[in-house]
Amino acid sequence: MEGIKSETEDKLKMDGIKKELRNPSKATHQDYFGKAISYICITLVGCLVLSILYFITTRGVATFTENHVNLWAFLSGTNWNPGMLDSHGQPEVGALPMIVTSFCVTVLAALVATPFALGVALFMTEISPQKGTRFLQPVIELLVGIPSVVYGFIGLSVIVPLIRHAFGGTGFGILAGTIVLFVMVLPTITSLSIDSIRSVPMYYRSASLALGATRWQTIHKVVLRAATPGILTAIIFGMARAFGEALAVQMVIGNATLMPHGLLTPSSTLTSQLTTGIGNTTMGTLPNNALWSLALILLLMSLVFNVLVRFIGKRGSMKNEFKSCK
Amino acid sequence: MGVLLAGCGSNSASSSKKSSSSSNVKITAVGSTALQPLVEQAASDYQKDNSKVNISVQGGGSGTGLSQVQEGAVTIGNSDIFAEQQSGIKANKLVDHKVAVVGMTPVVNKGVGVKNLTMAQLKGIFTGKYKNWKQVGGKDLKINVVNRVSGSGTRATFEGAVLEGAKAIKTQEQDSNGTVQKIVSTTPGTISYLAFSYVNSKIEAPSVNNVKPTDQNVENNKWKIWSYEHMYTKGQPNAATKKFLNYMNSSKVQDSLVQKLGYISIHDMKVQKNASGAVTTK
Repeated sequence: MEGIKSETEDKLKMDGIKKELRNPSKATHQDYFGKAISYICITLVGCLVLSILYFITTRGVATFTENHVNLWAFLSGTNWNPGMLDSHGQPEVGALPMIVTSFCVTVLAALVATPFALGVALFMTEISPQKGTRFLQPVIELLVGIPSVVYGFIGLSVIVPLIRHAFGGTGFGILAGTIVLFVMVLPTITSLSIDSIRSVPMYYRSASLALGATRWQTIHKVVLRAATPGILTAIIFGMARAFGEALAVQMVIGNATLMPHGLLTPSSTLTSQLTTGIGNTTMGTLPNNALWSLALILLLMSLVFNVLVRFIGKRGSMKNEFKSCK
Repeated sequence: MGVLLAGCGSNSASSSKKSSSSSNVKITAVGSTALQPLVEQAASDYQKDNSKVNISVQGGGSGTGLSQVQEGAVTIGNSDIFAEQQSGIKANKLVDHKVAVVGMTPVVNKGVGVKNLTMAQLKGIFTGKYKNWKQVGGKDLKINVVNRVSGSGTRATFEGAVLEGAKAIKTQEQDSNGTVQKIVSTTPGTISYLAFSYVNSKIEAPSVNNVKPTDQNVENNKWKIWSYEHMYTKGQPNAATKKFLNYMNSSKVQDSLVQKLGYISIHDMKVQKNASGAVTTK
């Protein structure tokens, strides 16, 4: 009797262990729970991105499908006045002035900002890492934190009058836009360049110095060369930021839908046209659709910037592998 | 005409007190930024006495206000322009409630040397016929035109009164009264236009055809550049909304708040204007 009892007890015990082993534990449940949450989040974000893409695309394409505007006329026309018809009875939706201006301010701002950003980045990584991190890091973070409307307001109250006094004209235009954007993209390019320069292996520097190169030679010929893909990515991220910036640019660019004839004449970017126009048009009408088409161009451009970053990243990493193989 | 009658009808409508007191009512008014301060202020005063009513006021522009109210997304669409003037809006579906009048005036930078402009000169400046202030009796100074964003209520009003269908020159466009005020006050040779309430001592408002831009001149239509501020509802408003619209039209708002914020009371107008711009005596 005793033996049978202990046997059944053992069996019960075994069953318990079996059950425990076969059934998921608490930790497994937590695992499931965590997984479920992350999948839900991913799906939500995915849906969000897809619906934004779908929405902008359908709205943006409506100009060409519903209102029968010629795509080429849209991209190459220079008259923007969506509420009006031109002499041929076609709506005046030439977006070229905005496209050109957007590219001008973006490229110019990046061109001006890059040397400064590189200088600051090199100071903070190579020349004086301790002081640099202590004093310059907060400064750069502060520049990121200032809202764009504040930049715009400073631009309107300080930069525009300065340009007017220095060069004449009204002061509004691409130059003012470039200067404001220069300050806004500076922190982006700087902090990404710092990351890229920091990731250059220490032994590159050591090897270069051991060969008798000066610090400048090391920075110039080794560190910057090795960090080039990262720096290019930084510049493109800066350009993407400049291309999409709306409010600050709108306040200083002048918003005249004219082909820019120089850096000092008022013109209008894609974004500034969107912010000023969207509140005054009605959903589903041509003036509104035309604005969505501008938004579509912006979206496509940021896609191009993204692809460029990926492309450079890939090529950069291949180069590094090649170097290390050698 | 139907819209006008409906607009007037809401003035005399009896105040309905039944349904609004039973539960919380939410009213959203969206649209014109020119009208926003008045509605905001009136709404907050109104809610002090009517705690059951929750009124939220937002900007977004006249176009937004009209299209949102047409879709039924908001209770009231605020607009500087008649619904008939906005493309894509079915005006016969909306009921107009005029709550104030805004006078607008050309403004120039001090130092252009012009105290009076004729309507023809004004038109010439904004269509690009005149390029220098000396052509209109001022100093030898280049004219810098700052226009408002196309489609904005202010621009529609100004162009309706001044340009008579002619096309404005392509030039700088700004979308807020504050920015225009700042630009005109600081940039030599600049001309633009503003609502009366934004004219200050740093800029100059010349008279047009020797009529000074004053409230009295608007009230009898000697000054031609003015517009109504509209609050549109989709169909007839419900009881709570109607009560609020009546409040907007009451002498409590019209005689104090409206004037304090720089608008002209709808009660003081001796003329009325319809959507196509024809003016008749009241």
